[in-house]
Amino acid sequence: MLKINNLHVEIDGKKILNGLTLHVKPGEVAAIMGPNGSGKSTLSYVVAGKEDYTVTDGEILLDGVNILEMEPNERAAAGLFLAFQYPLEIPGVATMTFLKAAMNAQRKSRGEGELSPGDFMKAVREAAKALGIDPDMLKRPLNVGFSGGEKKRMEILQMALLRPKMAILDETDSGLDIDALRIVAEGVNAQRDPRHGFLVITHYQRLLDHIVPDTVHVMAKGRIVKSGGPEIALELEKHGYAEYVGEAA
Amino acid sequence: MAAVKETVETVKTIDVDQYKYGFVTEIETELAPKGLSEDIVRFISAKKGEPQWLLDWRLEAFRRWQTMTEPTWSRVHYPAIDFQDLHYYAAPKRTPGPKSLDEVDPELLRTYEKLGIPLREQEILAGVEISKVAVDAVFDSVSVVTTFKAELAKVGVIFCAISEAVREHPDLVRKYLGTVVPTSDNFYATLNSAVFSDGSFVYIPPGVKCPMELSTYFRINEQKTGQFERTLIIADKGAYVSYLEGCTAPKRDENQLHAAVVELVALDDAEIKYSTVQNWYPGDSEGKGGIYNFVTKRGDCRGARSKISWTQVETGSAITWKYPSCILRGEGSSGEFYSIAISNGHQQVDSGTKMIHLGKNTTSKILAKGIAAGRSDNTYRGQVSAHRKATGARNFTNCDSLLIGDKCGAHTIPYIEAKNASAVFEHEATTSKIAEDQLFYCMQRGLDEEEAVALIVNGFVKDVLQQLPMEFAVEAQKLIAISLEGSVG
Ligand SMILES: Nc1ncnc2c1ncn2[C@@H]1O[C@H](COP(=O)(O)OP(=O)(O)O)[C@@H](O)[C@H]1O
Ligand SMILES: [Mg+2]
Repeated sequence: MLKINNLHVEIDGKKILNGLTLHVKPGEVAAIMGPNGSGKSTLSYVVAGKEDYTVTDGEILLDGVNILEMEPNERAAAGLFLAFQYPLEIPGVATMTFLKAAMNAQRKSRGEGELSPGDFMKAVREAAKALGIDPDMLKRPLNVGFSGGEKKRMEILQMALLRPKMAILDETDSGLDIDALRIVAEGVNAQRDPRHGFLVITHYQRLLDHIVPDTVHVMAKGRIVKSGGPEIALELEKHGYAEYVGEAA
Repeated sequence: MAAVKETVETVKTIDVDQYKYGFVTEIETELAPKGLSEDIVRFISAKKGEPQWLLDWRLEAFRRWQTMTEPTWSRVHYPAIDFQDLHYYAAPKRTPGPKSLDEVDPELLRTYEKLGIPLREQEILAGVEISKVAVDAVFDSVSVVTTFKAELAKVGVIFCAISEAVREHPDLVRKYLGTVVPTSDNFYATLNSAVFSDGSFVYIPPGVKCPMELSTYFRINEQKTGQFERTLIIADKGAYVSYLEGCTAPKRDENQLHAAVVELVALDDAEIKYSTVQNWYPGDSEGKGGIYNFVTKRGDCRGARSKISWTQVETGSAITWKYPSCILRGEGSSGEFYSIAISNGHQQVDSGTKMIHLGKNTTSKILAKGIAAGRSDNTYRGQVSAHRKATGARNFTNCDSLLIGDKCGAHTIPYIEAKNASAVFEHEATTSKIAEDQLFYCMQRGLDEEEAVALIVNGFVKDVLQQLPMEFAVEAQKLIAISLEGSVG
């Protein structure tokens, strides 16, 4: 589903990703763990199409199609979703309005008509309820004055509504207390099925107790330095990242 | 991917030619000969069948105007206007004055239909009751039709072309005309006083809440023609009216002059809500053509506890020079100014307001949002002053500017003057750029770049949009999106 091959990325002449290769199959939940500054967010931004970054080598394939030349909204329409580590605030735009704009934009690009107001409201209400989001919050401007945890839940709400083929979650667990973490994890688990892929980026093992990954990749200094099953996460919890930080150069 | 950063490249090819209202109506027109002289003033007055006092009033203004020079203090730049190279009167031949609907030239009706202006007095649309809006349609120099007049007359509301009011309600016109914006006020207002053609007249009798929205729709069609409309609205004691003005013009290569005067009078406990959606032709991508919009709008809160509120959405015109103001004379009166001014392409906007506090315990509020894109220049100019006697005067001002790209400019020029120690004036101002991160976030969710910009901008202007009558808020929102098309790559 998502194939990243030998990706080299730099910003302002500074190399951040150094030949990163990573594959996620349909139905797979892959986790990336790594120390701060190893390039995890950079990877998520480059996959989603943020400009500023220069891809000097490598390719990113989504369902076999190289998406590097595509606009972010085209990638979104192709089924890619990024839950941001730091979700943005959009002053004056009610969350509800934003959700509707996003859902209808994606429907449009698939050649579908706009959702009826009734269907839209129903979908939003159900998804919000499952994530324990107060409906009143949906009337407030998106993310403005939301707590860190509320912003993260709002990201998962958007994921639930947009139902992406391939979702990247960038440190969605940070800023969440244990109850919120469980709710968010349930939100992700509810979407796991053989057709959907997930790339869960995290700094801590804790999230992976709730979203049990199929594969775990350790990232350091802009590349994957170790891959394996969930046991790697437990190992990291015990010994920390020290050995990888030294090893990858 | 193209985001704000790359706008720098694309502004060069920016297309403000998204203008939807740029068509020309092919219609036979009676034109005054080009040029401005006493004879032309007399010609206009005679065309309207005016009484002697009004002709004298015009001539006095004309003589004064000849001694005046164009103001140069604003931040707008344009080549000198040749006032002798314009027509000062243009009227459709077959409908040279206000008529009933079935007498109006069908070509004109089609024009308004194309512009989306309802001239039929329809109340029921597909079984749903929609709120009624009465329209005065002004085409070049004349009002061609005013709807719902009979229904309004039942509650004593007068809504008609000002030329008709001069004939039918001379006492009212004479009592109020020029009392808010005197003929000597400024260069363009004086010019307007000499040659004004048509505009609307509204009178709401004491204690009456006008039962529907009133609106005037201005259309400039003819080439080389100035439009000098004059609007006068009086809300008598305890009356209420909400009024909306809309404007469009064809695409023409030359610049066209529009110099309007609007006067509002609110007596004791009266309230006037005046909204404008200004969408004159802004000129093409090279900055060629477009309307010069030099307008004097002023409201007089003459009575105690009276209230005047201005709401404007300014998207059009090559040059806008416009400061809807309030004179807060009556004790406890209040004034409001809500503004969205958008400039794109080569447009220049110098707009704002004046709140002149003369009476005790008067309050005013200013909320101005400027959005600059392309190579445009957007200035907010505001004056808040409190007279010696205006004890307890309060003002709150907030002006925010949003820049799209880096070839445009936004400026805030506030003048604050309190001659009274008890006056409390607060001023807040911000300037921001649409953050690339915000754009990227919206696009990651599937919005294309223009949709993302429109969404962010609509969020930015939301508190002002909410001030517009419901019927027009949606239109204004669409208009904002259209005016910013092509503002990003
Ligand atoms: N815009 C930028 N300009 C310069 N350096 C950057 C920029 N963004 C990220 N970096 C650097 O790239 C490295 C990786 O950052 P990031 O991808 O945020 O790591 P992580 O998400 O793993 O903590 C860091 O050293 C960071 O300082
Ligand atoms: Mg990160």
